[in-house]
Amino acid sequence: MKKTPLQDIHSKLHATMIPFHDYSMPLQYDSIMNEHRFVRKNAGLFDISHMGRFEISGDKALPFIQYVITNDADRLADKQVLYTPLCNKQGGIIDDVLVYRRDEKNFSMIVNCGNTGKDLSWLQKHSVQYQPLEIKDVTDAVSLLALQGPSSNHILETTLQCRLDSLKRFYFTDFVWDNTRITVSRTGYTGEDGFEIFVDAGKVATLWNLLLEKYGRDSLIPVGLGARDTLRLEACLLLYGNDMDETVTPLETIIDWTVKFDKDDFIGKESLLKQREKGIGRKMAGFEMIDRGIPRHSYSIVKENDSIGRVTSGSFSPSTNKNIGLCLVKTQYAGIGEEFQIQIRNNTYNAHVVKIPFYRKGK
Amino acid sequence: MNIPNELLYRRTHEWAKKIDSKEIMVGITDHAQKQLKDIVFVELPSVGKEVKAGAPCAVVESVKAAYDIYAPLSGKVTRVNQSIQEKPELVNKDPYGDGWLFQIEISDPGELDNLLKPDQYKGVIEAEQ
Repeated sequence: MKKTPLQDIHSKLHATMIPFHDYSMPLQYDSIMNEHRFVRKNAGLFDISHMGRFEISGDKALPFIQYVITNDADRLADKQVLYTPLCNKQGGIIDDVLVYRRDEKNFSMIVNCGNTGKDLSWLQKHSVQYQPLEIKDVTDAVSLLALQGPSSNHILETTLQCRLDSLKRFYFTDFVWDNTRITVSRTGYTGEDGFEIFVDAGKVATLWNLLLEKYGRDSLIPVGLGARDTLRLEACLLLYGNDMDETVTPLETIIDWTVKFDKDDFIGKESLLKQREKGIGRKMAGFEMIDRGIPRHSYSIVKENDSIGRVTSGSFSPSTNKNIGLCLVKTQYAGIGEEFQIQIRNNTYNAHVVKIPFYRKGK
Repeated sequence: MNIPNELLYRRTHEWAKKIDSKEIMVGITDHAQKQLKDIVFVELPSVGKEVKAGAPCAVVESVKAAYDIYAPLSGKVTRVNQSIQEKPELVNKDPYGDGWLFQIEISDPGELDNLLKPDQYKGVIEAEQ
């Protein structure tokens, strides 16, 4: 089992550790519910060093990126970040990633932990026409922290003695801290304001401790993967492997906006165009339980005894105190107000489609 | 470790309390609620349902996942704790009291001998850790 450089710190904090793909990761330190609510109200610190990180450099780095993603990297300014799927030829989602543009010839990509190896081979396979191009896996060399919550800006500014007010959402900046370059991007996976921080693996423990010690438990707490999942679900940020995989296309999900048909050729374009013309048979929707019961990943959805789809993510929602979920259902049942039943063990429970996201910051 | 002396236990972390010669009350142990954390839903058997010792008969769900609860003894469900449907957090707050799950009218008192005494149950927890 792989470990992030913060493994010892997690055990000292009495985290409940779970295997997550190849990594041993903290599920929770205190309780998912407390950690979740604390991030919504104050701020939380997450070790997300398990996520894969690539550096992509070369004269044709931009056209290469354009070819492998469905979103449009041409619209990116230097130091801007783009969320996008990588699709296969059939339009199925290979992964959803963040693309960081340093300049026209230098990009970084953050990919899902479980897909790092698959993505790297996929990118290398399609880089032939874009040589010379270097794709470097820096996952082990560079660690990644997320600082999320309404007080993140204040905490990071005072800890690192920098100004971040002018850093816009989906932009990043570099500066020197403790004789090393650190990259801070205003991105996250919680639906709150916050940052993701790239720092040398050798320095990540120092930064982690500095942040937690400076502020104490009243302002900042460590947060595990459990709350990361409930936070992202409330904000309707998708989870690869649950909400989507290679059998699902972006057009069927709620990230259909990441497919930009007006740009040049990209992998999957033809299939996705066909799918758009033909119409999609199923669509992702957000639902709330009417009856008592907690929907979970892979539960069946029925309507008048017919199977109409499945739950892709589901949970109790600590911010709304409701039981919520995302699902893929036959398109005619995906509209707001539609009612259907979730099969939970041996019973069915009523649910209805609601407006998403379930949670919006500041509300 | 909070393992009351007057109760009997199953190795799957349920407790059973004798109410009289026929009825027992069932819940999950303090150790179990600490492991599960944040209990947000309990699915109870219906009153009148026949349950079999060692078979799953209820479900306790934390934020993270659903866990089966096994009947410690065979018999018929006579009462369920309605208040934990409204307030599942009672199972965390008071697992041996207000957070009880259901009562069974037992069909085979001999099965009581299969349950663990407090010190045996303590051994189970220690072995897990």
